[in-house]
Amino acid sequence: MANEEITSGLASIVEEVAGVDAEEVSVEKSFVDDLDIDSLSMVEIAVQAEDKFGVKIPDDELANLKTVGDAVDYIVKNA
Amino acid sequence: MSKPSTLRQSSGPAATRVLGFGSTQGNRVVTNDDLTRYVETSDEWIQQRVGIVSRRLGEDDQTVVSMAVEAGSKAVADAGLSPADVDQVIIATCTMPGPIPNAAAQVADRIGITAPGAFDLNAACAGFCYALSTASDFIRAGSARRVLVIGAERFQEWLDWEDRANCIIFADGAGAAVVGPAETPAIGPAALGSAGDMVETIYLRENRYIYQEGQTVFRWATSEVAPVAARAVEQAGLSLSDVDALVAHQANLRIVEAVAKKLRQQGARDDLVVARDIVHSGNTSAASIPLAIDHMRSAGEINSGDVLLLVGFGAGLSYGGQVIICP
Repeated sequence: MANEEITSGLASIVEEVAGVDAEEVSVEKSFVDDLDIDSLSMVEIAVQAEDKFGVKIPDDELANLKTVGDAVDYIVKNA
Repeated sequence: MSKPSTLRQSSGPAATRVLGFGSTQGNRVVTNDDLTRYVETSDEWIQQRVGIVSRRLGEDDQTVVSMAVEAGSKAVADAGLSPADVDQVIIATCTMPGPIPNAAAQVADRIGITAPGAFDLNAACAGFCYALSTASDFIRAGSARRVLVIGAERFQEWLDWEDRANCIIFADGAGAAVVGPAETPAIGPAALGSAGDMVETIYLRENRYIYQEGQTVFRWATSEVAPVAARAVEQAGLSLSDVDALVAHQANLRIVEAVAKKLRQQGARDDLVVARDIVHSGNTSAASIPLAIDHMRSAGEINSGDVLLLVGFGAGLSYGGQVIICP
C-alpha cells in the first residue's frame, strides 16, 4: 500500500474517532500538539488502524508515534 | 442391602424472568470540582477521559451490607412479593471489608428472608451478569424458586486519593433484581468468558488500593466487549436490531460509547437507548448495571417489554452478558 493511501486511510480514522477534519491530518502534524488528540483516542485510532491495515500496534509502540508521519512509517514497516 | 444406584434429580420451570428491580446509592454527591480539593485534577479532564460529572459516595454507615439491604428490599417490593417468597440470595461484590463473613446471609436476615440459600459471588464488575445467570439457572434446575440478586459495592475504602487516574472513577451503590419463574423465557443464555492472562491490569495495589492500567483496559474493553454482547444476543435467538437498550457496565463513558458504536455498525438500531448512568453515579462495579436499569425505568427511558442487552466486564479479567426482557 502506498504511503499516500495509508495517510488518507489514517486520516479518515482520525476524523471518525476524534472529529478532526481529515484534511487537517497530514504527515507533519503531531497527534497531541497539533490535532489535540488524547491518549484514549489514540488507543481507539490504533485499534481501528490495526483492523484496517493488518498491523499490531502495542501500547509501548503507540507511545512512540508522535506524528501522523510516524504512524504511517510504522504501518509501512509492519504491515 | 444393596447400595442405591441413582439419586432423584430436581427440575424447575423452563423459563425465568426478572420480576422487579431496586437500587440505592451513597448519599453524598461528589462533583469533579469537589475532588480537586483532594487530588490534582479538573472537571474538564475527568469529563473528557471518563465522562463522569459527579459520583455518589456513601456515608460512614452506608456499607456494602446496608446498601444491599436497601436495594434488595426495594426489588422485592417492586416484584410485588414479600421477603418470605424469596428462597435464595446471591450478592455480587468485590468490596466487602474481608473475605468472611459473606454479605448474603446477613443481608437476607436483615431483609427478613428466613434461612435462604445465601452466598457472595466475585466476578468484579461483571458480577451482576454472572449472578443473574446463576439465579436463572438455579431456578430452571429446581434448586431455588425465587432468587434475590444484588450487586453492591462500597469502593471509597479502596481508593488512593493520590492516584489521580483511578480515584476519580469509582463510587458506592447497590442494585438488585428478583428472578423467578416465567411462562416464556425473559432471561437469555449467558455469554461468559475470561482473560486471565490480563490479571495484572486490574488489581488491589498493596492489597488495599484499586488500580488499573487505564490504557490497556480501555483498549481491551473497546475491542472485546462488543463481541461478547453480540454473542449474548445471538444466543437469545435475536438480532442486534431487536435490542431496545444497551446496559453495559458503567466503567467509562467512552468505553460505553465505543461499544454502542460497534454494535450499531453490526446492526443495532440508531435509536438504541444507551445507559449513561456513569455520568452522575460513577463506576459502581457490580452495582452499575442494575443501578442503571432502575434509574432508566424510573426516568421512563426504558419500559416493560423492552429488550435489554446487559454486558459486564472487569477485574480477572472476567466478562459476561445476557439479554433480558424489562419487567
